[in-house]
Amino acid sequence: MNEKRLFEVRFPAAPDRLYMVRMLVKRAAGIVGCDKQQSERLVIAVNEACMNIIQHAYRGDDTGEIVLEILNNDSQIQFRLTDFAEPVDLASVKPRDLDDVRPGGLGTHFIREIMDECEMGHLEGGKGNYLRMVKKLAN
Amino acid sequence: MNIQSREEGGYAIVEFDGDVDLSCSPEVRKFLLRCLAEKQNLLVDLSKVSYIDSSGVACLVEGYQTAKNKKLKFGLIGVSEAAMSVLHLARLDKVFPIHASVAACLQKDG
Repeated sequence: MNEKRLFEVRFPAAPDRLYMVRMLVKRAAGIVGCDKQQSERLVIAVNEACMNIIQHAYRGDDTGEIVLEILNNDSQIQFRLTDFAEPVDLASVKPRDLDDVRPGGLGTHFIREIMDECEMGHLEGGKGNYLRMVKKLAN
Repeated sequence: MNIQSREEGGYAIVEFDGDVDLSCSPEVRKFLLRCLAEKQNLLVDLSKVSYIDSSGVACLVEGYQTAKNKKLKFGLIGVSEAAMSVLHLARLDKVFPIHASVAACLQKDG
């Protein structure tokens, strides 16, 4: 199966760039044939993943950068996010109990609920993190 | 994103228009908490919200809990499809009091 690169963009880890990310994901979802609902859900997941990088990896330092790659083949669309912040504690990235109604902590739940596969790790060489998210496409 | 507010039937009605995301959620939080600090019952109109992320949802949760602690009323009105799908994902659509309109809320209050 041939993997196609739909988009690759490098942008500052700043909240005002999230709108552009959402538009890009929406466009990519349209290209691979997602319906409106699936497209909206992919937008939610990728937006939340970028937010987590801005807030938790870079801790609001908007001089940091994020790379978003969107790839697809016949059966799936894949989103790869890379940051160059200090390695995050992978064990701390987990969804919380939703019965505990309190502000915050929903992003990881959204991502896991929406995506079929999710893999997070540290970049080789010590500085930076990656997140790979896959959504299977209905044929 | 724009914020407008007015008063009606003993409530402050706060209306958001556009995308409620991390770029504006600190302002949203401040606005909602200020209304509640002034001891106003609060209705948040989400009918013109085209997108809301978890930071926007967190503002609503904090507003809801603050209102509860202060024994004030808090509700959402006219929740757009985009906002509702996020509230549903967060399983908050059964937590917040949600009304079709201000009139429907006031009617329920009697």
